[in-house]
Amino acid sequence: MRRVALRGLLARKLRSTLTAIAIVLGVAMVSGTLVLTDTIDKAFDSIFSSSYEQTDAVVSGKKLVEWSQTGKAQISGDVLAKVRALPEVEAAAGTILDLSGDTNQAKILDRDGKAIQGNNPTFGLGVEPADERFNPFKLVEGDWASGSGEVVIDVSTADDQGFVVGDTVKVAGEGPVRAYELTGIVRFGDVDSLGGATIALFDVDTARTVLGKTGFDAVAVAAKDGVGQERLLDAIAVALPDSAEVKTGAQQAQADGEGVGEFVSFIRYFLLGFGGIALFVGAFVIFNTLSITVAQRTKELATLRTLGASRRQVLRSVVLEGTVLGIVASAVGLGLGVLLAKGLTTLFRAVDLELPQSAMVFQLRTAVVAMLTGTIVTLVASVWPAVRATRIAPISAVREGGMVVKKPSRKTLVFGLTVTALSAFGLVYGLLGEGVSSAVRVLGIGLGSFGIFIGLAAVAPRLVRPLAYVVGLPAARLGGVAGRLAQENAIRNPGRTASTAAALMIGLTLVSFVAVFGKALLASDEDALRKQLGTSHVITSQSGWDAVPLGAGKAASAATGVQLASSIRGDRAQLLGGGEVDVSGVDPATIARAYKFEWLQGSSASLATLARGGAIVREGTELPGAGTAVVGDRIAFLTPAGKEVEAVVRGVYRKHGDLDQLLGQVVLSQATFDRTFPRPGDMLTLVQADSTRGLERALAAYPDAKLQTDDEFIANWTAWLSDVMNLFYVLLALSVIVSLFGMVNTLVLAVFERTRELGMLRAVGMTRRQARRMIRQESVITALIGAALGLPLGVGLAALVTQSLSEFGVSFSLPVGTLVVFTVVAILAGVLAAIAPARRAARLNVLNALQYE
Amino acid sequence: MEAALALAHEQETQPAGVVVARDLSRRYGAGETAVDALRGVSLAIPRGHLTAVMGPSGSGKSTLMHILAGLDKPSSGNVEIDGIELTTLKDNDLTKLRRRHIGFVFQFFNLLPMLSAEENILLPLSIAGEKPEPEWIAELLEATGLTDRRSHRPAELSGGQQQRVAVARALVSKPTVLFADEPTGNLDSQTSAEILGLLRGAVDTYGQTTVMVTHDPRAATIADRVLFLADGVIVKELGRSSQSEILDVLSAVADR
Repeated sequence: MRRVALRGLLARKLRSTLTAIAIVLGVAMVSGTLVLTDTIDKAFDSIFSSSYEQTDAVVSGKKLVEWSQTGKAQISGDVLAKVRALPEVEAAAGTILDLSGDTNQAKILDRDGKAIQGNNPTFGLGVEPADERFNPFKLVEGDWASGSGEVVIDVSTADDQGFVVGDTVKVAGEGPVRAYELTGIVRFGDVDSLGGATIALFDVDTARTVLGKTGFDAVAVAAKDGVGQERLLDAIAVALPDSAEVKTGAQQAQADGEGVGEFVSFIRYFLLGFGGIALFVGAFVIFNTLSITVAQRTKELATLRTLGASRRQVLRSVVLEGTVLGIVASAVGLGLGVLLAKGLTTLFRAVDLELPQSAMVFQLRTAVVAMLTGTIVTLVASVWPAVRATRIAPISAVREGGMVVKKPSRKTLVFGLTVTALSAFGLVYGLLGEGVSSAVRVLGIGLGSFGIFIGLAAVAPRLVRPLAYVVGLPAARLGGVAGRLAQENAIRNPGRTASTAAALMIGLTLVSFVAVFGKALLASDEDALRKQLGTSHVITSQSGWDAVPLGAGKAASAATGVQLASSIRGDRAQLLGGGEVDVSGVDPATIARAYKFEWLQGSSASLATLARGGAIVREGTELPGAGTAVVGDRIAFLTPAGKEVEAVVRGVYRKHGDLDQLLGQVVLSQATFDRTFPRPGDMLTLVQADSTRGLERALAAYPDAKLQTDDEFIANWTAWLSDVMNLFYVLLALSVIVSLFGMVNTLVLAVFERTRELGMLRAVGMTRRQARRMIRQESVITALIGAALGLPLGVGLAALVTQSLSEFGVSFSLPVGTLVVFTVVAILAGVLAAIAPARRAARLNVLNALQYE
Repeated sequence: MEAALALAHEQETQPAGVVVARDLSRRYGAGETAVDALRGVSLAIPRGHLTAVMGPSGSGKSTLMHILAGLDKPSSGNVEIDGIELTTLKDNDLTKLRRRHIGFVFQFFNLLPMLSAEENILLPLSIAGEKPEPEWIAELLEATGLTDRRSHRPAELSGGQQQRVAVARALVSKPTVLFADEPTGNLDSQTSAEILGLLRGAVDTYGQTTVMVTHDPRAATIADRVLFLADGVIVKELGRSSQSEILDVLSAVADR
């Protein structure tokens, strides 16, 4: 029996290959994701550990506020002196080498005077030229920078920009641009690339000036011979102030890598999600193909029964077939995944997210996970066809005709309707239900979105006939007899057509969901920004999320043609009692003319109180222990500099939308902000100006400052949404491709099955062209059934989700154009899937086909 | 040969056969459109005999064989093979019964296309998890003339050769009874004669009890006994007969 199953698999090579591809792609996505993210992880690991390679202990400031613009507290020169004086310490040096925060930013200008910018970090760092002990860089060419006029840059930036030693390179840090002499080119540790990051390396004093720092990021310590690590750490700990802590080099590297690690694992699960979707679609394809194969082998399986095979043996042979298919497909997918990892890197680069690379990391875990998921999915998908195979009666061995098309059973319909209804309920309850715990919500939405596909796929056989009639109308009207036959062929085995279309339905549902939901988010985000912004121009950093040096805002307000320039500082703070808030520092005199406040409590007059210990808060700001903040509440928080700030709420302004806010939850005066936050910078400067010529001239010294009109600003601030949508489209295309193979498969099997009939049609005068058209149109009809099921489902789900988000100003609208595009994509998918099967049908030798049994 | 004939003769005198059917009826469908394929058939197939079942189309001969072989269940009546009551058996027990007691030869051969001739022949043994005896397989291959074709796939064999593979496959497990369903129905007269020779030889050499359904009077001439069915009942029974005797009865039955 085992031999029968395996030989059968080999004998049906084409079928087996097409079926396997359905799983190969999903597994490739899984293994590719794991390889990619492991590689990135490894690269970051070695970046962070290189920083502390020669270091026995690291003294660094405590990170007081998560995701702060200004990072950890600085270490002062006093602390360095104290540590150096310890008897256990051989050597200690202050470093400006923290790669984990956003504090060490200095932008290198290209030869045209523009800041070199991707979505990648632009590091400005400092090392002591004399002391290479704690220096993670390796000099490739030239000498270390020494003194205030020299800089060293990384090798990939030098190569990209054509800089050579001796050139003059301009760098912008916290102050205006300055020119430096390029004295050397370096490589960081063993890493090939820091993921598109640029590095400007100074001596420590110069770095502090460039970055506007008064202290050090850390103090690197080497122990005297014979001093154990524990003794060293204990001795240092005693000498430190509260705001600093000491760790081993390895611990510090791990701590630095934590944030990045979270980011990488987010990417990992995000991509695995799409691998999962592709595998889910692949399961449909496997299910469908095995079902058809079992039906076509009715006579063979029945013969085995007459020869004494038990039901269990038949079951096992079909499951074995599925398992072998799964194992082989998973192995191929695993290999393909390594290639895909490279493709994904390119994809991320295309959305300006360059990731650091090291030698490719292939863990055993990757192989195990990929093989197991692929095999198990195939196995599960083969169970039902196998059960169906056991129901074949031995007497079918002697019956003529063999294949009997089963009418869609009532049981399946009831099952489908029940699952669909339960899933729909789960979705609605999860999304719109009131007073539902979040665990129940997630469960309802998760099971609901999974179940609704299975439920609909089970109901679909009943929908095939009417849908095929409607979507087949053009074919039947215009395609002549071939078109009418195509329509008939599509409905002669509704179950088969339904599950082929269902595979495509899943992909189309998801893309149309993304299209509709994304459009709703985009519209509401734009609307919210428009409601907030009250000026003609906005200055941000080039990246949009870095702070701009304070000088830029001042320069703007002094520029000719400018009526008003109101800058907004921004950072995070830790609420005393728990939680974090965004804090903005505004100029009380100008902000009300630049930002359109809608007051829920207080008025524009409240702004005047900011200078006297007042604060205004955004609608819905929660205070620990006090609920939603109202006028009169006290707010107390800790800034990243470790300073405590207390303020009384004097006004509450309305929140617009939920995605992009120009002001923080807590708004203070700039005077208070600058006094209490470390290294303040402007997130935004809102500018009202008649002409921009004066502004542009004023900002020339600040290459990181980006001047935009209000429309450009809104478009750019919301562009990330379109990027995300495009990323979704590309990743979901994978599952559409998987379903495409399912369609090819079904058509090939149908042509094979109808050999005799095709021969007859050709014998009575059907041309090859007509035969091809007949197959092609059947394929298009199947694809359109998938679209007719998937698009409304996707739109419906998006409507449901937008409804659940309506309180955040998200409103539903139908992107008709996009849906038309998806329908065209479905038609193209149908045409594409039909190419090979149609050619096969047209090539049949009429005489052979007629004698075919 | 003589011994086999003697044995056959001895068994003929025994009242109960190895396959016994009592009062079989089989109705397909229900109500107005119901068809009675069998209407009270009783018979006993003696051990070591070749019994042919004949009759015009729709006489119920195929239905009768399907029920005797446990492929179909009668609406009423019962069937025993080697003393085992078939009609009440569960699927698993029926499977066991097929392994031990039943061999099949089909009109359309029903070989598995991906297996070689020898693998096809061995299939019933491998399904049952039994080891083939090499001498027995060699003997079967020799008897069916397939020795030098053993590694060919069915597609590489002629129709007659394929049916010889099927006969060898049916004999390999030495079943209590071999059922042949129109074994020559898909063959020309030359190869038909070869296959009939093989079937008769198995009866004579191994005492293989055989039931053959056929509409070919020439095929029925190798039978020790010929049963004629019409409208679901046995209407006539002949011993070993010539082609013309059989034809006479057939036309009489058809004109009835």
